[in-house]
Amino acid sequence: MCGIAGYYGRSNTPVPALEILERMIGTLAHRGPDAKGVHADSDVGFAHARLSIIDIATGQQPMANADGTIWITFNGEVFNYVELRRDMIARGRRFRTDSDTEVILQLYEEMGADCVTRFNGDFAFAIWDSRRNLFMLARDRAGVRPLYYTSHGGRLYFASEVKALLEAPGITAEIDPIALDQIFTMWVPLGSRTPFRNISELPPAHVLIAGPRGIQVRPYWRLSFPEARDEKALDGRAEGEIAEDLNALLFDATRIRLRSDVPVGAYLSGGLDSSLITAMMKKLAPERLRTFSVKFESGEFDESAFQDEMVRALATEHTSVTCTAADIGRMFPEVIRHTERPILRTAPAPLFALSDHVHASGFKVVLTGEGADEVFGGYDVFKEAKVRRFCAAQPGSRRRLLLLQRLYPYLPALKNQSQKYLEAFFSTAADDLADPLFAYLPRFRTTVGAKNFFSAELRDTLRGYDALAELRERLPPEFGRWHPLSQEQYLETTYLLPGYILSSQGDRVAMAHSVEGRFPFLDHRVIEFGARLPPRLKLRTLREKHVLRQAAVRLLPAAIADRPKQPYRAPDSQSFTGPQAPAFAAEMLAPDRVSALGLFEPRAVEKLVRKCGSGSFVGFRDNMAFVGILSTQILGQQFFRASGLPRVSSKAA
Amino acid sequence: MQTDIEQKIRQFITDNFLFREDRAALSDTESLLDAGVIDSTGVLELVAFLETEFGLAVDDADIVPENLDSISSIAGYIKGKTA
Repeated sequence: MCGIAGYYGRSNTPVPALEILERMIGTLAHRGPDAKGVHADSDVGFAHARLSIIDIATGQQPMANADGTIWITFNGEVFNYVELRRDMIARGRRFRTDSDTEVILQLYEEMGADCVTRFNGDFAFAIWDSRRNLFMLARDRAGVRPLYYTSHGGRLYFASEVKALLEAPGITAEIDPIALDQIFTMWVPLGSRTPFRNISELPPAHVLIAGPRGIQVRPYWRLSFPEARDEKALDGRAEGEIAEDLNALLFDATRIRLRSDVPVGAYLSGGLDSSLITAMMKKLAPERLRTFSVKFESGEFDESAFQDEMVRALATEHTSVTCTAADIGRMFPEVIRHTERPILRTAPAPLFALSDHVHASGFKVVLTGEGADEVFGGYDVFKEAKVRRFCAAQPGSRRRLLLLQRLYPYLPALKNQSQKYLEAFFSTAADDLADPLFAYLPRFRTTVGAKNFFSAELRDTLRGYDALAELRERLPPEFGRWHPLSQEQYLETTYLLPGYILSSQGDRVAMAHSVEGRFPFLDHRVIEFGARLPPRLKLRTLREKHVLRQAAVRLLPAAIADRPKQPYRAPDSQSFTGPQAPAFAAEMLAPDRVSALGLFEPRAVEKLVRKCGSGSFVGFRDNMAFVGILSTQILGQQFFRASGLPRVSSKAA
Repeated sequence: MQTDIEQKIRQFITDNFLFREDRAALSDTESLLDAGVIDSTGVLELVAFLETEFGLAVDDADIVPENLDSISSIAGYIKGKTA
């Protein structure tokens, strides 16, 4: 796991190639503190910051093939490299190293860009093939590892993080208003858009191919689901048999993710998903298991009782970090320096603290339960949509409407709501049912409240733009033929997973402290298995992840296997208000700073700050607006040279 | 003509839910839910405000959109309670 950076194409910049590469990779030292390498010739420059995990002795990068005609710089892991390498050796191939990097390189020699379809892993890499005059970027299917690119002066620059691109000659950071609108509507920018104008992200499961004839970006894998009426999903086999298959597949996905020349630990949230992965690790490598968790002071967020139960059941060696609202406030600017995008919740901050703790404990690699909610139907929004559809099918039924009370037992603001108001919040207008985004309409309605704070100038710029219309247009043609649950899983997996969960809450805050997360549930074989499952095996009435619980039954204490999902949440605006508030928050949100950035209405922000600091209960919409505005202000201060605000060096801290 | 009660309610909604002063579009009869002004916690905030500002006790059974979903209906509800 590492950081990569570089360029393709000749340019007339007077800055020497090695200096550009050194500057770019210098910003990514947190991703790879163990070694640094650069390679430059007239057409390409590759740089690499290494976090040594596999083949520590000979795995240095950038790496070339035997005759020096093909080069690679690679971040991530190809977990099935052992099998690929064995097959290639059987075909007569010879390897100089024991690294997965060389497996990519040699399989590229055999197959060209299509080699990427053979990899099971989390990767972002660049390959330069001087024989064919071809440059290639590739990114893993789920979007675990990041990869950004931009063009300037005839050159294409790429890097693991935007901050490295900003070191390239002529590249500056400016806000992309459309991306801001998208984030303040659905949390994530769409497609290859980033919050930075003219800087793109290579979408998950895509390759970019560049050569003398131009640049092409295309998908090499697509998430797809059976048609809603397809009764023969998974050959109509019995549920018990399917659970057995899933159990075996998950064991294998976990097994290949334990491949490492350094010890592998686990995150233990106390929920079903991470507990199951940890239990599987214990079976596969029983000798010693190291686990880590976040605890909260407030009972509203804390899950430590369940964590302790798993620690006892599996006898793991466990430590945790306790995160207070004040801690979150203090860490927040550093967190934004790593997320490189506005976020609407503070939940990445405790994970930033956790990776710090993991790093200090001497660990570089952890397995986590990320992905199970997308793949096996765990999110509340799936249940909420099911109940709303069920109510809409029988508009006169009072009994159906009472189900709304069962949706959010852990949210005080909804638990204390009258039945009539619950019905109003989750109401379904007649035309909503036909909307492909049906499930998400109540959430989007809450999130867009934050757009209320956009400045008049920003509103003018965005006039006529509709983020939800763009999202609808991006859906694949077969989307409408899928079961509603499949449609919702598609939206979660395609957008929120890579755009928030795996990035702001995943790679970026883990790699901030040189920690690599690995996610067995996001093995593409598991994703494809989950997609083929009949929806009734995922969300059975209102029991989420049903078949996964069946698969877990012999591995977990009943209290964990049956435990309803509690979403991972952290204190939001309260981390920045009250007596322990960090001084920067009030500064960043002060009218002069808000006017200077020009994106929000200073007077309106002032009212929001006053309200959130008043000590009364703050709701979802106000919390999201507060955290979204604050993170955008911080991002502006750290990155946007054009804003008139002083730019904080990306090397600070 | 707006009454004093209606003005107080409008001011509270402007300061706590609308935030922006240039948004004069909200009419006295417009649904606060449909306009996206009030979310689930907003209702609880509104009830707390009515109880302090007008010195009344809002029964749980009264927390329904018919009573609280527009400036006029809130004003009507208060007038009914304090009459």
